[in-house]
Amino acid sequence: MDGFQRSGEAESGARRGLRVPQPPARPGEAPDFSNVALGEPGKLGLPPLDAEASAFGVFHHDLFRVLGEDGAAKGPHAGDVSDQELKSALLAMIRTRAFDTRMLRAQRQGKTSFYMTCTGEEAIGVGCALAAQDGDMHFPTYRQQGILFANSIDPEAMMNQIYSNKKDPLEGKQLPVLYSFREQGFFTISGNLGTQWPQAVGWGMASAIKGDDKIAIAYIGDGATAEGDWHQGNLFAAVYKAPVLLCVINNQWAISTTNAFAGADLNTFAARMGSYGLPALRVDGNDLLAVMAACRYAAARARAGHGAVAIEFLTYRGGAHSTSDDPTKYRAKEELEAWPLGDPIDRLKAHVIAKGILSADEIEAIEKDAETEMREAENRAEENGLVHAGQGAPGEAMFDDVYAELPGRLIEQKKEAGF
Amino acid sequence: MSETLSNTRKMNMIEAIRDAHDVAMERDDDVVVFGEDAGFFGGVFRCTAGLQEKYGTSRCFDSPIAESGIVGTGIGMAAYGLKPVIEIQFADYITPAYDQISQEAARIRYRSNGQFTCPIVIRTPTGGGIYGGQTHSQSPEAIFTHVSGLKVVIPSNPYDAKGLLIAAIEDPDPVIFLEPKRLYNGPFEGYHDRALKGWKDHEDGKVPEGYYTIPLGEAKTVRGGNAVTVLAYGNMVHVCQAAQAESGVDAEIIDMRSLIPLDLDAIERSVKKTGRCVIVHEATKTSGFGGELMALVQERCFYHLEAPIVRVTGWDTPYPHAQEWDYFPGPARVAKALKKVVEAV
Repeated sequence: MDGFQRSGEAESGARRGLRVPQPPARPGEAPDFSNVALGEPGKLGLPPLDAEASAFGVFHHDLFRVLGEDGAAKGPHAGDVSDQELKSALLAMIRTRAFDTRMLRAQRQGKTSFYMTCTGEEAIGVGCALAAQDGDMHFPTYRQQGILFANSIDPEAMMNQIYSNKKDPLEGKQLPVLYSFREQGFFTISGNLGTQWPQAVGWGMASAIKGDDKIAIAYIGDGATAEGDWHQGNLFAAVYKAPVLLCVINNQWAISTTNAFAGADLNTFAARMGSYGLPALRVDGNDLLAVMAACRYAAARARAGHGAVAIEFLTYRGGAHSTSDDPTKYRAKEELEAWPLGDPIDRLKAHVIAKGILSADEIEAIEKDAETEMREAENRAEENGLVHAGQGAPGEAMFDDVYAELPGRLIEQKKEAGF
Repeated sequence: MSETLSNTRKMNMIEAIRDAHDVAMERDDDVVVFGEDAGFFGGVFRCTAGLQEKYGTSRCFDSPIAESGIVGTGIGMAAYGLKPVIEIQFADYITPAYDQISQEAARIRYRSNGQFTCPIVIRTPTGGGIYGGQTHSQSPEAIFTHVSGLKVVIPSNPYDAKGLLIAAIEDPDPVIFLEPKRLYNGPFEGYHDRALKGWKDHEDGKVPEGYYTIPLGEAKTVRGGNAVTVLAYGNMVHVCQAAQAESGVDAEIIDMRSLIPLDLDAIERSVKKTGRCVIVHEATKTSGFGGELMALVQERCFYHLEAPIVRVTGWDTPYPHAQEWDYFPGPARVAKALKKVVEAV
């Protein structure tokens, strides 16, 4: 199977007809990742900070990896992340997963209408956040909650948003998980895909205009790269050499559609971003050490005035797209287990154990603590109310912040609504 | 007007708009100007001429031909703390940016509960009467007035253009600033067979030097009258004045200037006085802003109305080329409507 079908092909054997991409495996079939170029841990070293974009060609189809399958860090970037940082990263990733587990259950219990996990992608948000500095701004999608755990958010605040309750920092205006945490460098999430990409570039351009050293970090999924804003953002980033990290999270799936519908089987996202003249890397997204090394490098390069860096993170969407989705209807059940880059938390655990930074027992204690932390946070958030139990954010808040000041017609409507 | 300055200079609308940029950029380092051809060349209509030379390429620059990218990056700049003033070359070409404008710029303050804001101005030449055909003539104001969170402004003369643009740049909310390109070089009353007058002999062509603002949300009565209230904006302000002269009807003509926020008091006061109302815009009729004005007049002035409210607008067709003057609502059509409304029992 060549990964796509043509209508009429079976009957005539001819090559005419519409090419419609197909995933490597459907439910009931054996998972197949033979087309994914996996590289080799430790093989690639990052070029000098001021290298021309053309020096990055080698990274377009190969894969930048640091962690080996034996849990050891390999190659020239093996020592880029300190022991303390590895511990912080592991803790943030474990807390992210514990939060997801808790909120998935809360949704099943009817405490919220909606939730989205980032299972299997924890290393990306966490690694990018730990490579950033205070004052930088992340422009996330709805699947980078790891940023918030790396930036020490109180999970209760996130849960209050998910429950749209009386302490929801967004006062009930937003769908669950579309957070906004300015103080944690976390830009307001929009439901409209791709829009944050040029916005991040503009934020970086503003930093450059003011002679600042702050950078923006943009995130987008593989599916959303098909949006026009991805292309325009790439172009602006390249044209103006904006200090921004452009991160494509290639988790193989956009709800039910294979990433081939975004052209992933025709060329890598790294190569495509490279074609805009951007220095572009393809990075193992389940390898925290590689994520951090690449992001640190990119951030330093952008901060030094060498412009944007594009990164394709290769990963796999371990969970359902959302709590409203059932992936067993469109993909092979065993895909997650078969994913060759494994689980980011398990891989980092093996590394810190092998390095003697933490023991298996200590990690188990951390996981227990994270579960407890999330359970307690959930209890506190629940005390603040659940919108589905009629304990939502106050009604009059609905009219605030449409504009800086309430205009006359909204004053009238607010009165009409009874506030 | 928030500051009175005695020195005035004759300006056309282009010069007034250019001057507004200059004043705003001089006063605030965070004001940045960009768009297609807006930098070195100074804009296809010259509205940003000389700004790059004066303020440098970091403050005024050219952009790729990518409207969503232009607005999207502008939103990011605004989130950082700048005050971007963006040019979309023609209002007809703003639709590729509609997602960024309607779902992002308009919503960022609301969806973040005030954590992030979007103080951005999107300037774009609008309207017809220039043989611009389908994609250089449209009046898309209604697709913006329908979006919560946006402000929509449309000046009709150089004096207002400068004062409103400075106010828009200083405004904390996103503003769509529509510039009737037919009025750039002179007041156009719809008499396409007569020579263009130019702004130099017009009272509103006298523009104060330096800083002044005209608050958003304040209409201007350009002619007082008792027989009928005419609600208009942009090109149609001048057409309505000509139509008044042609018909002899004692019309009160109100230039709305801002559509959002809207000066409801001015509308109500006038219609309650005259008892009759004609609404005039170039944009197509169905679901146009005139429908909203009509509804508001009906809601607020019903017991004062002595005749049905009438709309004179562009036809519900794409803007044609050869049929320019059959399409453009000129003085004759407006005059006919004025007579019809005052003669109605």
